[in-house]
Amino acid sequence: MKPPAFRYHAPTDLAEALDALAEVGHDGKVLAGGQSLIPMLNMRLAAPAHLVDINGLSELAYVRTDPGGVAVGALARHAEVEADEAAHAVVPLLRQGLRLVAHPVIRNRGTTVGSLAHADPSGEMTAVLALLGGSMTLARKGSTRTVAVEDFFVGPLEASIEEGELAVAAYFPRLPGRTGTEFVEIARRHGDYAMCGVAAAVTVDDDLRIVSARAAYLSLSPVPLVLDLTDALIGRTADTAVWQDAATLAAGSLEPEGDIHATAEYRAQLAGVLTVRALRTATERAALVDPNGTTGTTSTERSAR
Amino acid sequence: MTTKMFGAPVQRTEDLRLLVGNGRYLDDLGEGSYEAAFVRSPHARARITGIDVTGALDVDGLIAIYTYEDLTGRVAEPLPLLIPHPALTHGRTAYPLAKEFVNHVGEAVVMVVATDRYLAEDACERITVEYEALPPVVGIENAHRADRLVHDDVPGNCAAHLVQEVGDAPAAIAAAPNRLELKLDIERSACMPMEGRGVYARWDAADESLRVYTSTQTSTGVRAAVAAKLDLPLDRVECVTPDVGGGFGVKIVHPWPEEILIPWAARLLDHEVKWTEDRREHFISAAHERGQLQTVRVGFDDDGRLLGLDVEILHDNGAYTPYGIIVPIITSTQLLGPYKPGAYRVDFRSLYTNTVIVTPYRGAGRPQGVFAMERAMDAIADHLGKDRTEVRAVNFIQPDEMPYDHGLLFQDGRPLIYDSGDFPGSLDALKKLVGWDEFEAYRARARAEGRRVGIGVACYVEGTGVGPYEGGHVQVETTGKVVVATGLTSQGQGHQTVFAQIVADELGVPIEDVTVTTGDTRRFPYAVGTFASRAAVMSGNAIALAARNVKAKALRIAGEALEADPRDLEIVDGQVRVKGSPGASVALGTVAVLSNPLRYAFDEASKAATQLTGKADFSKPPVAEDDEPGLEGRDYYSPPTATFANGMHAVIVETDPDTAEIRILRYCVVHDCGHLINPMIVEGQVHGGVAQGVGGALYERMEYDEHGQLVNASFMDFLMPYASEVPKIEIDHLETPSPLNPLGIKGAGEAGVIPAAAVFASAIEDAEGFPITRMPIQPSELFHLRKRFAAGEIPALRRGADHAAGTHR
Ligand SMILES: Cc1cc2nc3c(=O)[nH]c(=O)nc-3n(C[C@H](O)[C@H](O)[C@H](O)COP(=O)(O)OP(=O)(O)OC[C@H]3O[C@@H](n4cnc5c(N)ncnc54)[C@H](O)[C@@H]3O)c2cc1C
Repeated sequence: MKPPAFRYHAPTDLAEALDALAEVGHDGKVLAGGQSLIPMLNMRLAAPAHLVDINGLSELAYVRTDPGGVAVGALARHAEVEADEAAHAVVPLLRQGLRLVAHPVIRNRGTTVGSLAHADPSGEMTAVLALLGGSMTLARKGSTRTVAVEDFFVGPLEASIEEGELAVAAYFPRLPGRTGTEFVEIARRHGDYAMCGVAAAVTVDDDLRIVSARAAYLSLSPVPLVLDLTDALIGRTADTAVWQDAATLAAGSLEPEGDIHATAEYRAQLAGVLTVRALRTATERAALVDPNGTTGTTSTERSAR
Repeated sequence: MTTKMFGAPVQRTEDLRLLVGNGRYLDDLGEGSYEAAFVRSPHARARITGIDVTGALDVDGLIAIYTYEDLTGRVAEPLPLLIPHPALTHGRTAYPLAKEFVNHVGEAVVMVVATDRYLAEDACERITVEYEALPPVVGIENAHRADRLVHDDVPGNCAAHLVQEVGDAPAAIAAAPNRLELKLDIERSACMPMEGRGVYARWDAADESLRVYTSTQTSTGVRAAVAAKLDLPLDRVECVTPDVGGGFGVKIVHPWPEEILIPWAARLLDHEVKWTEDRREHFISAAHERGQLQTVRVGFDDDGRLLGLDVEILHDNGAYTPYGIIVPIITSTQLLGPYKPGAYRVDFRSLYTNTVIVTPYRGAGRPQGVFAMERAMDAIADHLGKDRTEVRAVNFIQPDEMPYDHGLLFQDGRPLIYDSGDFPGSLDALKKLVGWDEFEAYRARARAEGRRVGIGVACYVEGTGVGPYEGGHVQVETTGKVVVATGLTSQGQGHQTVFAQIVADELGVPIEDVTVTTGDTRRFPYAVGTFASRAAVMSGNAIALAARNVKAKALRIAGEALEADPRDLEIVDGQVRVKGSPGASVALGTVAVLSNPLRYAFDEASKAATQLTGKADFSKPPVAEDDEPGLEGRDYYSPPTATFANGMHAVIVETDPDTAEIRILRYCVVHDCGHLINPMIVEGQVHGGVAQGVGGALYERMEYDEHGQLVNASFMDFLMPYASEVPKIEIDHLETPSPLNPLGIKGAGEAGVIPAAAVFASAIEDAEGFPITRMPIQPSELFHLRKRFAAGEIPALRRGADHAAGTHR
């Protein structure tokens, strides 16, 4: 469990990092929080010839919130995003999901952008970005592009980041109107990757009747899966909704697989139960949202150590 | 008056050093030594047809590559079969490096030595081993069916077949008014100490001597094995145990292949060599335990009293049997717990499979035995419609029946005789602690809220402190400080504290003045090892006896100095004084000076002992004929039989009707290990044991696929419980002393883990209303059991109708 030899690059700003990546991109990997990459190196599941460590890029250590959403820089740790009050006010789903990512120690080091770049379909942030319809900003030497979430996740552990590219930020848009969200999951142990997780977003009208209900599923598909479940709930309120109808509708689109922790059938059961739980809470929360409320622009930055 | 240390919750003296990072574990040693890594078999069963090392030869820093062909002398022989037994007719052990065949994934095939571990692993990657893969034997049923053999010369894959009988159990069962049969299944888990195995060897060519540091539970055992294998005189080999980050049984197995190969290579290369096991190696090349299939037949009267008990056990011993058949022997004897079984017959077969070897893991076969017995007790209670504690109570051995002889032979080959215990008292305490009699009211309230809860109970008896012996050495230095040594090792249990408590009381010195060394053959060469909850009983008593010898000598010498009768003297706070006249005293350090007549003075204190300045009685030689210089004592404790501790656990669980998650609401322990030397340390042991029990019952299992691949060989998929999964543990103690040893103590090291699988099965079954026969159990399995139950494929408990709240989905 010792990694094979690699060359270590420690750029101190973005330009240097992009230079390094341009040079070694075909045979290099970005090192962010290291919470996924280091174990893979130690188990020799990955053997890049170069590591480009971005921990010196303090300019990317930010969480910026404006009324439209939250931009998270590549060096913002899960814990910082989770604790950010402004971000929470605008996109509560972020904290709702982040509190389920691993344990505090890992959240102190792991980065939110890194977990999106890692593209593990069991990672909570993939479902959050998918449900919100967010995007990623990818930079390479000389150019920058923005990729919508639908095009970002390609397969398990595979994102559309090309050789020489660095994911510099993720953008989590605010959901419009009276929208409530919730993220629930069931893991074998506290903080483990979930056997199944569901993030839900429900929008209600002024009479608190459901106009839109969507759910994103964790650990059930190769890339994050978002289902529109509005048909099962439209026009209902939190009190009159038949939640099970939504779970039944979702079940038709889910193809869970079994593993040593959960059979496919058990996963399907969990998906149903969690769909109900997430939608119910999201709907209750939607009723509490002030549709005219605004949140000012704030920004939280920190300098890298 | 010095406060009594024995019985006090003294803070662990080793903790400060360990908690601030000053521990010295195996990998902290040997800066600059070469390091080894191994190419291990990727196949569960295969013939090795070729090994090509050429690709590795140009790796920078490569020192040496060894295959079986390179091994010399006795190192090329199979590893020892440590504990032979007449029933182990087909014992087999591995070679240190595989010779022609591999029998489990992870078996060592090639050893690489390089200047560091990174480079050693680089070289391993470039070595090509060609295998002719053979179909493996995986799973106990397949092993028993024996369509394929693990070892061609072991028919039926059966290493050992042992039957023990008291009375005619089949006849007693046939004649009984009530009969039941249970089929039970318990899965593998493993010790998983935080620190894996590790060995570091230093060869001194000029001295022709070897020093071996190893993360072991027996330094004397490793020393003897290394000396024998390397053909060295015992006095040229020293074995030192540094701080050990947990053992839980796996490190009592010895010599591990690496414990022979590393010293062998160090001598050959005339350079220090070290190997530190990594986690994956630990999963696939150390040891596992627990896996058994059991068939339990019971006959009982209408009160639930056992008339006959007939148990058949199929035990999975993995690919080899270096540690003999200790585990199934313990299962088959300790299964009886606190009960009188009526006629008893137990029949076990120990079977080979192409998997990692099976050797004792904390509890050592007892959790399986307790599972069998306690499942049977619950089944009897359910069959008769009786309270589960009532059925247990009618079967208890009563305090006035002690000592109680079961008529069987225990793991040490000696009779299974319980020395003491108050089982009815323990059960009463447990019922009170958990609120057994109020539980139905609680269940009703919970049910009204749509919650499903259950309570479970399980009892066990644990043979602890098995022989043959341990020794202790106690020496008072001229400073008055006391150094203590015992041969057995420590893996973090708190021996330094507990043994110092004993010595402080026996000698009348402050505990701060006592330093304890364990597991260093330079300090104490005779020992057995740390296992079977034996350290406190064995070394504790030996050290107490040694300290008493020292005290007697100190009083004698002080008596001469003070011109007093030794019987009138006492030692308080390190001062020997005349009882009742505290003015007349001499410091213990001074007594140590006086005990050793000197020719040369090196400081003021030693002047007093030199021949020309000291006062001398010319009628006697400086050291009397029957005396020795020095204020020290050595003694041994060797018990006639093991001493039997006991305990009873109760757990309350809640199972989620929708997700089948299992939540622990309360966990209660009543524990009786005789006199408590340090209640805080005993509780710590119980906590750790319960944590491992929770793991074994609800989380951990070794997931072998049909090819013999361990698919969850990492902490990502082998689920050890986190602190967040371990409940608060409520403990009550009974102290029924052992009549067998001077301190009246019993072992406590394994206790917490033993009844866990049984108690969780009992509680989950109680919550669900159908029998639980397989452990561990995870939510996914509970979900499928519910479905089978709903489909009528699983019978309801007789009391089930009340329990299952009709909410199965
Ligand atoms: C015990 C444990 C439990 C965990 N549990 C969970 C969990 O429940 N849920 C969960 O979501 N995660 C979990 N994680 C993973 C954790 O969230 C990681 O931190 C995260 O997945 C990766 O972030 P990182 O910053 O550590 O990235 P790294 O480990 O540094 O990198 C991961 C991968 O992403 C690439 N990468 C990282 N940043 C960039 C970038 N800016 N641009 C391009 N490529 C990049 C790297 O090259 C690498 O391939 C767990 C980790 C551990 C160790």
